[in-house]
Amino acid sequence: MLGTIIQFVIDVLSLGSLYALMALGLVIVYGILKMVNFAYGELIMVAGYSLYLLNGSPLPWLVMAVIAIVMAILTGMLTELVAFRPVREKSVTAVLITSFAFSTLLQNAALLFISPRARTVPLPDIFTRTVEIAGVIIPLRNLLTIVCAVVLLAVFALILKRTMLGIALRAAASQFTMARMLGVPANLIISVAFAISGLFAGIVAMFWLGRIGSVVPGIGLEPLLVAFIATVIGGMRSLVGAVVGGFLLALIDVSLNYLLPQNLLQFRDAFTFTMVIVLLVLRPEGLVRGPATGQRT
Amino acid sequence: MFHSKMFITLILLVLPVLVVVGFADILGGRLGDRIATTLFINLILVLGLQVFMGNSGILSFAHIGFMGIGAYTSGVLSMSMQMKSMALPDLYPVIQAIEITPFEGMIVGGLVAALVAAVVSYPLMRLSDAAAVITSFALLVVLHTIMVHWNEVTNGPRTLFGVQGGTTIYSSAAVATVMIVVAMMYKESRAGILLRAVRDDEVAVGAIGADISRLRWQGFVLSAFMAGVAGSVWAHFITSFSPAAFYLHETFVILGMLVIGGAATVSGAVLGTFAVTAAFEGLRSLENAINIAELFPKPLVGLTEVVLACAMIGFLILRPGGLIGNYELAALPRFRGLFRAADGGRDRPGDRSEH
Repeated sequence: MLGTIIQFVIDVLSLGSLYALMALGLVIVYGILKMVNFAYGELIMVAGYSLYLLNGSPLPWLVMAVIAIVMAILTGMLTELVAFRPVREKSVTAVLITSFAFSTLLQNAALLFISPRARTVPLPDIFTRTVEIAGVIIPLRNLLTIVCAVVLLAVFALILKRTMLGIALRAAASQFTMARMLGVPANLIISVAFAISGLFAGIVAMFWLGRIGSVVPGIGLEPLLVAFIATVIGGMRSLVGAVVGGFLLALIDVSLNYLLPQNLLQFRDAFTFTMVIVLLVLRPEGLVRGPATGQRT
Repeated sequence: MFHSKMFITLILLVLPVLVVVGFADILGGRLGDRIATTLFINLILVLGLQVFMGNSGILSFAHIGFMGIGAYTSGVLSMSMQMKSMALPDLYPVIQAIEITPFEGMIVGGLVAALVAAVVSYPLMRLSDAAAVITSFALLVVLHTIMVHWNEVTNGPRTLFGVQGGTTIYSSAAVATVMIVVAMMYKESRAGILLRAVRDDEVAVGAIGADISRLRWQGFVLSAFMAGVAGSVWAHFITSFSPAAFYLHETFVILGMLVIGGAATVSGAVLGTFAVTAAFEGLRSLENAINIAELFPKPLVGLTEVVLACAMIGFLILRPGGLIGNYELAALPRFRGLFRAADGGRDRPGDRSEH
């Protein structure tokens, strides 16, 4: 009994950490630009394929992982240049569509230049080791995810509160025009936001690939969906909301996993979504309120 | 409410449909028939998307999910009982006993899709712009998941075969024409005009007392009905399909057609469908020719989508409103002189408004 509880808690915490990081990467961009980045999932795909292409090289895995994460960061900044910057001023819908088109572009480029079939990805030994606590076997990977997420969130919170960059980011997210008037360079801040978004996506990718083991062009869809839902239920205007939303979504998912009878388990996503709709009926702006927005509702 | 310019626009839009039917008859043979029928079905889908997206300004990704609902509803209900026991052995007895014609299936498919949309979307219409788009995306995924896993009704991720044929180039052209009229009539109706007002200034419309959620909901339900009808027509055309047909790829193509043509107008929807279909078929032939001539070591897959994606991005950078901006065909400034005779030569003072 104690073992099941521990397993449940660790499952929720590790999955929640992943989901929270994913959601955070999305909200950083949304907070400043008020625009959703549909190509966010593809950053994970890019990191995955970078790892695949580096497979077989004599480099240690950590170096390969760093290179893959850097590729994700660069792709994030490329997304901004191609899909956001030219259309930013024109219309909100246009940006949604350009980022969706860019996402399709990246996926089909992977299809075209690499392969439509799954490709295995090198993973470190530590991901396959397990640990035994109170009679249940826990993959070491889950504990690593939790630790990594906590460290990352702490560092990020510190940066936001204490450094000039963080203050500039928060100012830009709150009142973009005013921040520019006070000397915050717009394009630089936006590029930095996309770079941070890429960093989160890259790190998430490492753990996500650890769960799956291989990469396909469509690998980014599920993380993207998770980030979307977590952000919507947590509150799109708040970073804390994204984290809360991520953990809540993980709680719902894991609980349904444990509770649903076998024949309904495959519809788990439909149940999750139903609960999300119920949540949205009760609180359309999400759980955590962010700064006031001048946007239309 | 119904201007003479509207009738001219309708005629101008139906004309290409008739032209394509005529051409396909004379020139095309089976291939031409197939391309033309697919064109008309895509046209119905794009018009349905325009009805919601163009008038409300909210991007909806769930459209193709409703196409799937219509396709499976009509496909399964119109199968003969023998066929049902072969293709769907686990089907519920209640459904197994029903057997209707493809035409009835089309109506029922549309109604079922509209019903699902009505139930699911009412709480979603209160969401803000970005949250609404994200939720519609999630709705698409959920519909797809249900289609993939509901083995009894959809045969799961496998292909459902044995659906009755029945769609011809003429029937699909007829349905498409009806849908053009429906889209135009909705746009110019009281609900449509109010919805467009919400798109332009939500606060002001709230101030005059209109129920914003309900207006959006009406547009969404009509849009889902049209998608369901399109799905049914497609099901009886292709006679065997799987849930993979109702997911991101199709969404991307239909969205591309609407965006390139111009989401704000019915003319834009029609023009975009024709333009992108022409480009698509051209690129497909090019891709095939390259693969047959073996110019590259590996066969090219996905070239068409890459080009379409680049075209979409390019269009949105250069002409965010699409090919046709805000005015319907007959009201376009450059054609204003041509159709002035329709008003009896006068330019009424209220005529500055877009329509």
